[in-house]
Amino acid sequence: MAQLTYRASVSLAIAQSMRKDQKVFFIGEDVGAAGGVFKATVGLLEEFGKERVMDAPISEQAILGAAMGAAMTGLRPIAEIMFSDFLAVCWDIVANQIAKTRYMSDGQINIPLVIRTANGGGSKFGAQHSQSLENWSMMIPGLKVVAPSCPSDVLGLMDSAVKDPDPVIFYEHKSLYAFKEEIEKTDLFIPIGEANTIHEGKDITIIGLALMAQRAKDAALILKDKHDINAKVIDLRSLVPLDLQTIKKSVIETGHVMTVEENPRLCGWGAEISSLISEHCFKNLKGPVTRVTTPHVPLPSADILEDNTIPSVELIVNEVIKKLKGE
Amino acid sequence: MVDKLNDDIGEEKRLQLWEMMLKLRLVEKKAYDLFLQNLIKGTSHLALGQEAIAGAFGVALKQGDYTFCTYRGHAHTLARGSSIEGVLGELMGRQCGLMKGKGGSMHLTDVDKGVMGSYAIIGAHLTIANGTALASKYNKTNEVSVCFFGDGTTNIGAFHEALNMAKIWNLPIVFVCENNLYMEYTPIHEVTAVEHPAADRAGAYDLDKIIVDGNDADEMLRTAEKAISKAREGKGPSLIEAKTYRHSGHSRADPGKYRPDEEVKDWMENKDPIKNYRAKLLDFNINEKIISEIEEKIKDQVEKATEISMASPIPEIKEIYTDVWANGGSEWHN
Ligand SMILES: Cc1ncc(C[n+]2csc(CCOP(=O)(O)OP(=O)(O)O)c2C)c(N)n1
Ligand SMILES: [Mg+2]
Repeated sequence: MAQLTYRASVSLAIAQSMRKDQKVFFIGEDVGAAGGVFKATVGLLEEFGKERVMDAPISEQAILGAAMGAAMTGLRPIAEIMFSDFLAVCWDIVANQIAKTRYMSDGQINIPLVIRTANGGGSKFGAQHSQSLENWSMMIPGLKVVAPSCPSDVLGLMDSAVKDPDPVIFYEHKSLYAFKEEIEKTDLFIPIGEANTIHEGKDITIIGLALMAQRAKDAALILKDKHDINAKVIDLRSLVPLDLQTIKKSVIETGHVMTVEENPRLCGWGAEISSLISEHCFKNLKGPVTRVTTPHVPLPSADILEDNTIPSVELIVNEVIKKLKGE
Repeated sequence: MVDKLNDDIGEEKRLQLWEMMLKLRLVEKKAYDLFLQNLIKGTSHLALGQEAIAGAFGVALKQGDYTFCTYRGHAHTLARGSSIEGVLGELMGRQCGLMKGKGGSMHLTDVDKGVMGSYAIIGAHLTIANGTALASKYNKTNEVSVCFFGDGTTNIGAFHEALNMAKIWNLPIVFVCENNLYMEYTPIHEVTAVEHPAADRAGAYDLDKIIVDGNDADEMLRTAEKAISKAREGKGPSLIEAKTYRHSGHSRADPGKYRPDEEVKDWMENKDPIKNYRAKLLDFNINEKIISEIEEKIKDQVEKATEISMASPIPEIKEIYTDVWANGGSEWHN
């Protein structure tokens, strides 16, 4: 048993993939000699050398373009975009090129690459270094979307993502880098597309992702201890592919559903889930699906402002009580 | 004046180049005809008048090398040896098309021939071509990647990002700017800070300034061979600016009225790469009968391929749902 941080699990996951497969290489800004701005890639350059760990210029299009081209020949690049917000400057490569080339070429070209990126708020970095952008990539056919909430999921899902024959965007949550977990075995494989029930309960289903899954779990502990409410918490782990079966099963059991999303409200992933639930298990619902999201605003920076914008454990607790007890 | 004694190219290669350019020309003309008959829908961007560039590279490249081109890429695709019915069939949305109608005119792709795609968002493919070049370096294999683009493309950021990356990593790649003097409907000099949109930027990336007459097939071939050899020998990237002119409008919908009549006439009559090359072959004492036989052969190939394409079935509707993912399907939830 060893304690591993989410941060350390990232570099370990990359290293494990690179040890297993010579086709895997890693490219990004400040990722090698500097070990990454979040220190999540420390030690990789030392172990694998410059040929496999490439420090790139500030050229997000060129980084993802190079990763794409290399993947087209059968290599398995892992490319880092330092902050997910920077995906906006290379969105053509992501949304038009990486996502569509397999389809347009009638399956002649596979693009087995992973784009890792630091996502989410909590660091008081302001509106351009804090966004939760999973929904940007979720709406593009051809991209798989993964967002792990704990070190073991980082390990297992990274292994899957690197082996996946399709492009995967791997959203790491900045506020989880310091999160610790006891880990027995580090060589894990978790298939992409399997949600994880991280707290059991029969009264309500709370669906979260990344940091919001952890907050929902913390809320479930409080609800159980102090309010006699048993919440089942589902950590989706990936939005594409989506584990609809696990969601359906849980809705049938509990009849009440709440999504907890870090993104601003409009077109957040919870809207799609809510629509799927009403299509697939409308009759099992005891009330409307509730969406807890960031309000539809850019993220402010000051402590009190940011803390009151992103859904907190307290907010989740209160919303659940309001929903179930009408208080 | 031709110097027959010091001929570095030779009859065999010249005839190869002739056949290649003629094929590109006649297929493009056929594509235009099929448009007029409404057998080709959507848009298309013809490379009529620019055949010497794709043709020369087609002759100079080896099997296994990678090429990337733009929406104006029918010629570049054919130049790698893709079948005529594969190209025309794709334009017509038939099952015999290279991508069975999934991509269309602007996205011709034929991986078996090294055609790594045709790209319709300006600039992107320069960065992607770096990736195949990077893979060759990583794998220590010696393929060369070639990336074709227009003069207008030199003003988008991806062009600059790609050149810098290719240089710092010494990638085996050749960037080929086909300067046809216009970006869409605007003369390139009106929107570019320098006279030679690609070549004048080369120095910024520590690359040689290379300008070539892109309508002189022999010069084009020499320039292509030199840059390809340099890349193959591990000596890094090149940026070539080839001056040329498109005979037709920018795309199907464009009659090209913004260009002065005199200018169009000069390029069509005096600088047509195919007309001039035919004259050159005669100057080199190549038998006119051989030249004409090649012409007949290509005409025949184009007609046969047109028949095959017209007879080919249209795609099945279920194809909509295939090949989003590597498992062949499009499911996004269980
Ligand atoms: C990013 C982007 N901006 C604009 C366009 C629209 N567009 C298509 S072709 C073209 C002109 C490109 O000119 P050039 O690079 O000289 O190539 P040419 O068409 O002359 O071969 C433009 C502006 C586009 N496809 N992509
Ligand atoms: Mg142009």
